Amino acid sequence: MIRLGSAATIGLMALSRIAQLVAVILLIATFNFVLVRAAPGDPAQVMAGQSGASDPKLLEDLRKEYGLDKPYAVQLASYLGRVVRLDLGYSYRQRRAVVDLILERLPATLLLTVTAFCLALLIGTTLGALAGLAAGSVLDTVFTVLSLVLYATPVFWLGLMLVLVFSVTLGWLPPFGYETINVKLSPLEHALDIAKHMIMPVTSLAAIYLAIYARLMRSSIIEVAQQDFIKTARAKGLSGPSIVVGHMLRNALVPVVTVAGMQAGALVGGAVVIETVFAWPGLGRLTFDALLQRDYPLLLGIFLILSIVVIVLNLLTDLIYRLIDPRMTTGAA
Amino acid sequence: MDAVRAFLRHPSGMVGLVVLLVVVVIALIAPIVFPVSPWEMVSAPFTPPGEDGLLLGGDTLGRDVAAGVAYGARVSLVIGIASAMAAMVIGVTIGAISGYFGGKVDLVLMRVTELFQTIPAFVLAILLVATFNPSLLTIILTIGAVSWPPLARLTRAEFLRLRNREFVEAALCQGEGTLQIVLGHILPNAISPILVVTSLTVATAILLESALSFMGLGDPNLMSWGFMIGAGRTVIRNAWWMSVFPGLAILITVLAINLFGEGLSDVLNPRVSRRRS
Repeated sequence: MIRLGSAATIGLMALSRIAQLVAVILLIATFNFVLVRAAPGDPAQVMAGQSGASDPKLLEDLRKEYGLDKPYAVQLASYLGRVVRLDLGYSYRQRRAVVDLILERLPATLLLTVTAFCLALLIGTTLGALAGLAAGSVLDTVFTVLSLVLYATPVFWLGLMLVLVFSVTLGWLPPFGYETINVKLSPLEHALDIAKHMIMPVTSLAAIYLAIYARLMRSSIIEVAQQDFIKTARAKGLSGPSIVVGHMLRNALVPVVTVAGMQAGALVGGAVVIETVFAWPGLGRLTFDALLQRDYPLLLGIFLILSIVVIVLNLLTDLIYRLIDPRMTTGAA
Repeated sequence: MDAVRAFLRHPSGMVGLVVLLVVVVIALIAPIVFPVSPWEMVSAPFTPPGEDGLLLGGDTLGRDVAAGVAYGARVSLVIGIASAMAAMVIGVTIGAISGYFGGKVDLVLMRVTELFQTIPAFVLAILLVATFNPSLLTIILTIGAVSWPPLARLTRAEFLRLRNREFVEAALCQGEGTLQIVLGHILPNAISPILVVTSLTVATAILLESALSFMGLGDPNLMSWGFMIGAGRTVIRNAWWMSVFPGLAILITVLAINLFGEGLSDVLNPRVSRRRS
């Protein structure tokens, strides 16, 4: 692979990434389109949902709006055109544009997922590194057993158990919601209030990924420790801590970050369930409501937007990747 | 048979197997131990565990939680195993085609696989089940449809590794057809890691099913653990047992399958396994 100037490489990478992003969005939109046609019943009825299906006027309007009498290719082209213009349709249940409903809820979901993602990565790699450096010790065994158990725990149930212990029994934390309502708070108090509401949702969402990253980091550290350059560093007379920080962590982190990127989709999926448990006012909660009301345009829109969120999270991990492993260039992964 | 003997000496794998067998037995004998349907009212609502002859208590409608947990084992095991099988069929087919033919076919199929790995699988599953209405079959097919990518990647890697081996070339020289070579020669040599990953897929499938039914997307005719937790969630303040026991059932079952799968992995592919764990 020819090495270009660094700025040019990053520019090229950004361009190819944006092209990929657009391609994926169009693919997912096409998938949504096919799904509506594959669903049992007539597409207008599917889009109108259970309540609207009995309203002939609405169905007629929908058929006209989506051009359902025209050939599939024309319908698809006009649908993709809408998606590109960020027109994701209309929620007949909530009587609002889907994109507005989603954008209103997106910040809460991002706050939850990004916090959980960063904490899981940070704490998971730290614990994993500690366990790996002390492989075979009691600490290592405790970590291993704990991560096995966490890995088998359904996220929503973990959330409920936290509520049971910390809200119902101990009364330390608010059991659900995003903020305390009907109280006047200063900006700082307000931020602290939100943080307090976040503790349990973030913990339950982060726990499983923390376990995964810790296990990975543990084996990664053990593997790196056996490599020649570490022996060289030791032979050069470097002390233990400086070998760990300067040589081992960076190299050991590479596989962990790769997997973290691949897990972004699962993390966002977990957020959907966790928001339902904690009545967190994000896209997950919106999904739950959309499901109860069979609000199909809203579900399709949420799927599209959450997929974009995942791709952006992937881009972010790619950046971290480049920061920790300079050997990585475009396309080499 | 060496593998069986090696597995018998694998402590955590054996623990997994024994616990799993207990779950299987509970699932099998559920209709004998609890002849009354888990949907039937058998006591006063909110009966605490141990009272009124209900070991694990009664739910908001006075249904027996223990019966629900036992019948739920049937649903979880059936859906877990069937959807892992579905994922295996899809994944092995795509991976085999990709790895055997290579070139443009491989490129396209791997892009599709990456796409499926990137998008939020759970949200896709919600969308699919909601579209085709929740039933045992749609749930199994949906979980299979979102769980195949790791199996496809693994199968592809195995096929890439094996396709240029002498025994494949020998078969080619003897004029054997592609299908015969793939099914008769390459696949049998790649089967053990595929079985290991499929067994671990059963565990993730059970977790996925429980999350779907927690969100209200379970088969409405089947009592499942996720549904019970979802139903008990709103009353957790007064009745912890309604959500604690079904959750423990999921945790124990999934943990057992993971231990079993990892034991299997240690025994069947010591090389891959050491790298993974």
